[in-house]
Amino acid sequence: MSANSVSLAYLVAAVLFILTLKGLSSPISSRRGNMFGMMGMTIAVLTTLSLTHNVALILLAIAVGGTIGAVIARRIEMTAMPELVAAMHSLVGLAAVLVAMAAFNNPVAYGIALPGEALHSSNRIELFIGTFVGAITFTGSIIAFGKLSGKLSGKPLRFAGQHWLNLLLGIAMLGFGVAFFMSPSWTPFLIMTAIALVLGVLLIMPIGGADMPVVVSMLNSYSGWAAAGIGFTLNNNMLIIAGSLVGSSGAILSYIMCRAMNRAFFNVILGGFGGEASAEAAGDGVQKTYRSGSADDAAFLMGNADSVIIVPGYGLAVARAQHAINEMSNALTEKGVKVRYAIHPVAGRMPGHMNVLLAEAEVPYEQVVEMDEINNEFSDTDVVLVIGANDVVNPAAKNDKSSPIYGMPILDAYKARTVLVVKRSMATGYAGLDNDLFYMDKTMMIFGDAKKVVEDIIKAID
Amino acid sequence: MTGAVDPFVLNLTVFVLAIFVGYHVVWNVTPALHTPLMAVTNAVSGIIIVGAMLASSPEKMDMGSVIGLVAVALAAINVFGGFLVTQRMLAMFKKKDK
Repeated sequence: MSANSVSLAYLVAAVLFILTLKGLSSPISSRRGNMFGMMGMTIAVLTTLSLTHNVALILLAIAVGGTIGAVIARRIEMTAMPELVAAMHSLVGLAAVLVAMAAFNNPVAYGIALPGEALHSSNRIELFIGTFVGAITFTGSIIAFGKLSGKLSGKPLRFAGQHWLNLLLGIAMLGFGVAFFMSPSWTPFLIMTAIALVLGVLLIMPIGGADMPVVVSMLNSYSGWAAAGIGFTLNNNMLIIAGSLVGSSGAILSYIMCRAMNRAFFNVILGGFGGEASAEAAGDGVQKTYRSGSADDAAFLMGNADSVIIVPGYGLAVARAQHAINEMSNALTEKGVKVRYAIHPVAGRMPGHMNVLLAEAEVPYEQVVEMDEINNEFSDTDVVLVIGANDVVNPAAKNDKSSPIYGMPILDAYKARTVLVVKRSMATGYAGLDNDLFYMDKTMMIFGDAKKVVEDIIKAID
Repeated sequence: MTGAVDPFVLNLTVFVLAIFVGYHVVWNVTPALHTPLMAVTNAVSGIIIVGAMLASSPEKMDMGSVIGLVAVALAAINVFGGFLVTQRMLAMFKKKDK
């Protein structure tokens, strides 16, 4: 293939990738969008294959990787999506580092240096950037994977002088980058890569479990920038375009997650939260009273209501109660009750996670409404059922200026006529805060395992 | 103005425009599909496979081509895993059956 036809084929693939993202504006068009994505990738891979000499070995490598990917995609549980996504970011990071090493090893083969010449100086900078972003993405994502899958503690790990150490390492990394720029040789390249790998670990370790949605989005962004950086090195527009699309997508998701948690991006990156704020906030010493009820009471209240809004949190998924809750809402719908689900942006472990968990349980997506759209309707709602959620319905975010979550957007569950809260105990949520919603006169607490409680409610409705 | 444009400038042009396209397209993604968005962008960032394929195919096999082949396999996990898991998720989003 001529260089021109290769570039044109890449252009087609790039347009298909843009259509893939565009398709995600609605569930119906999204399936077609995903097909476009597969087509784009096929075109990009076949085009590149025509440029290569090792077709058989490359196909073998694709077959090996592809089989692993396909098996994982089939088996993964939807609750484990955040881990899977984090693991996949780390693969992109590692692949970027490997490609950079190969490019540095033999720049002539990439057409970015003439035989006998060293790498161009501008290519050296790009190679450096692509490599360190890739390396940080690689190890950072492994730590994120460990925290999300529970293999590492979700607690933020902090020690004195941490930021200084990171700063020092960052400067050292840049120093070796400059050395590499001056005289391109393996020593500064490898040292700089090693420092970046360590930095990836150090940057993610201090970030607490509650902030993981931001971290996963951020690493999503990094993995795109790493691919784009390598694209600069190789003068390959395909990599630049696809990488930038992913990079901006991850950046937007990080922003949305930060806004939903009312957290400044840099505070998240610098670590903290979810660990120490709890001690003083955990109560003012006054024993507050709450009302508790049974599943039968809940069934009676909801069965006689006109409208019910369910506020699901991650606790619902932990208790594997998604299917039960769908059965319950079907039973209520049959009695003529209008049932909807209200989703807070951080209801799950990653952006949009709760929507997928409900979709898996066959909850129709028209019943699932985002926070901004449903918040005005709580005041006209008879019963709100909060299940496995806590901080996202805490009115302190609106009316207690001293609260650490003050300013965080919440679901206005407290405005409903009756509030039912299913919880295992009176324990606090992620943020370690007490929740005034639980002590309101119109609130009834139902203690127990979410799945068990919902199943009892279903029995009582029938 | 004389002479050819440096490839870096052309790359930068493409880069900046692609960021703008990405920015506008992604804001239109419905929040309900943010998890599939992440999974599919995972697959798209598997585009690094293109770089890896080029790395693994100089005329003579050397260390670089072995590294490249490993990178091809890693990126292929992302490409296949990402698109297939997205497909699986999107198939779950159903309307209410009448």
